[in-house]
Amino acid sequence: MSSESRAAIFAAIRANRPNIQPPLPDVPLFDANAPDDLVPPFIEMLGKMGGSVLEVKDGDPIAALRAAITDKGIIATCVPELHGDPSLQIRAILSDMAPVSLADVEIGVVRAAFGVAETGTVCLTDDELIVNTAGFLPQHLIVLLDPKQIVPNLHHAYKRPELRDHNYAVFQTGPSATADIEGVLVHGAQGVRSLRVLFCPAAVQ
Amino acid sequence: MSTPPKPTTPAGRTSEGASANLTHGAGASVTMPARGPEPQPRGAVIRGNHPIDQAEAAKRFMAAPEHLAMHDQRLWDLRQKRDRQKDQIEEWEDLRQLASDIKTHTLTHLDTYLEEFEKNAKANGVHVHWAKDAAEHNAIVIDILRSKNAKRLIKSKSMLTEECGFREYAGEHGIEVVETDLGERIQQLDDEAPSHVVVPAVHKLRTDVAAVFAKTIGSDPNDSDVAYLTEQQRDHTRPLIIGADAGMTGCNFAIAETGSVVVCTNEGNADLSANTTGLHIVSVGIEKIIPKCDDAAVFVRMLSRSALGSPITQYTSHFRGPRKGGEMHIVLVDNGRSDRLGMEKFWTSLKCIRCGACMNTCPVFRRSGGLSYGATYAGPIGLIIDPTFNRHKYSTLPFSSTLNGSCTNVCPVKINIHEQIADWRRVMAENHEIPAFKKTMMKAAGMLLASPKLYRASLPTADSALRYLPRFIVYNRMNTWTRGREMPSVPKETFHQWYKKNRGKNGKKS
Repeated sequence: MSSESRAAIFAAIRANRPNIQPPLPDVPLFDANAPDDLVPPFIEMLGKMGGSVLEVKDGDPIAALRAAITDKGIIATCVPELHGDPSLQIRAILSDMAPVSLADVEIGVVRAAFGVAETGTVCLTDDELIVNTAGFLPQHLIVLLDPKQIVPNLHHAYKRPELRDHNYAVFQTGPSATADIEGVLVHGAQGVRSLRVLFCPAAVQ
Repeated sequence: MSTPPKPTTPAGRTSEGASANLTHGAGASVTMPARGPEPQPRGAVIRGNHPIDQAEAAKRFMAAPEHLAMHDQRLWDLRQKRDRQKDQIEEWEDLRQLASDIKTHTLTHLDTYLEEFEKNAKANGVHVHWAKDAAEHNAIVIDILRSKNAKRLIKSKSMLTEECGFREYAGEHGIEVVETDLGERIQQLDDEAPSHVVVPAVHKLRTDVAAVFAKTIGSDPNDSDVAYLTEQQRDHTRPLIIGADAGMTGCNFAIAETGSVVVCTNEGNADLSANTTGLHIVSVGIEKIIPKCDDAAVFVRMLSRSALGSPITQYTSHFRGPRKGGEMHIVLVDNGRSDRLGMEKFWTSLKCIRCGACMNTCPVFRRSGGLSYGATYAGPIGLIIDPTFNRHKYSTLPFSSTLNGSCTNVCPVKINIHEQIADWRRVMAENHEIPAFKKTMMKAAGMLLASPKLYRASLPTADSALRYLPRFIVYNRMNTWTRGREMPSVPKETFHQWYKKNRGKNGKKS
């Protein structure tokens, strides 16, 4: 019985735990050397982790996005910057879609809540993804990121409200990867085969 | 006949995976030469409750030069990558101390934080279960699956479920378990346990994997290209994932403050396992609790850097509650942990975050393979955890160490691993868990070492004996120390002889 086991486990812990009372240390932010502009270190780390930046020409990120998805197969979008359009095979992700219905998607287009310069990470949450599988069932991912929403390191990242308020939040860094066979790195183990970040300020809500 | 070009993808790579010389993330930073084929050496012979003979299995591993060379090179590269990562972080040693202190605090207040975690997880809509041992864990999970009429379970890697023998149990109860981590899937298909906590199939050559996949998923037996093998597994597993009824993950960190679990993978397979079906079951060892989100940062910064020399796992996933329309269950498992908490010398082993850095650096592990330990946990951390599960069966494991202390030096949570290994040897000696021959030798050595007079008198004899004895007497079957080792060259005189000659009675130079 689970409730009896619960009582037994707590009794054992209380009987056995070492009789010392060391305090919980405060965790510093370790950000004294953080640069003012966090975009260059973010890009460098993203590249080191196997991701890349989707180049923007003439300051028009949406044009870059459209060029990147044209004639590439089924596209799924969770961002207001790109609307669903069946004639272009662009599918708008809706909250009532079954998670596995995204299995045939070639490129998913999602927005990150924020980025982390230390590791080149983007944070995707259930709110932005609408259907969680949008982050990893498509073959490829394009992630929109507001350059103002980059924090210096993981200490700052864990201060963000997304970690407290969302049932699902993932720090994704580059594409899915594995080196389980002889250390040879292969992208696209189970999740996305590629991850590109598109710098694009968030639309005014 | 020329083969048609492979279709390119938006990322500019072929659709059959990435190019072969990526050196970032979890990948090797050196070019690993092609090796094999060579028959794969298997792990320790398990004979019921008999003490594991790690040395015997290690000997067979060392007799397979291709496997030995690849294994040693791959793991040492991981250690070197770890060092390079560590050197880029000014506060690395501060982080280690913080991690150790956070764990000390949490483990000494474990009841409080478990209560907080349970309360918050329940408030998030999660069903929380408690299992005192492996059998109860397995029964709880099967009950949940049956209540949902689930037949196929997709699963990400979890050492706890290995510890519980969950996969075998589920199989016996009509549940099809599909491991979604590549390394773990290879091991499942080969009906072999994982040999390493982070890289489960690191002891296998690509030709071994090609043979396993050819037999089980119908890949080309003559194609051992790693990108091809990885793609075959993706193609084979994906339909199983899409058609699964339930998903299961382990847990790297359970945050009391939010009631959420953190799972770290490079493949994204925990996210797939958790989110694709309507049911997510999480197995959590009770020692995985950390108090706050702030604390998670300390551990996440060090986990993958210590494990693989990569700044972070490609996916660090936070599950706080069920997905929309789904159900989430957390099973908190004791299975000997609360007992371990009461072991004065050994309770700090509960700080372990399963990064495997101690394995990568250990000269014994690198040359013998994780399966030679015949236990769920291999390498230095295994030597101090396994005996808590079965003191007799794992009684010889603490002797599979040179006590060089490298494991302690790389441990991100500062467990004094090598000291605990030595302490376990003492426990085994006191509990008469030492083989008779080793015991006689140690008794003789003990008498000698206990008496300064006897010790000093014996040294010149031993040294000159070493100098003049023929090799076959020093390097014989009875002397296990010299198997695979060379004795150091012998000094002409002992320190005491030198001191007496050069410094005289009052310690002054003559």
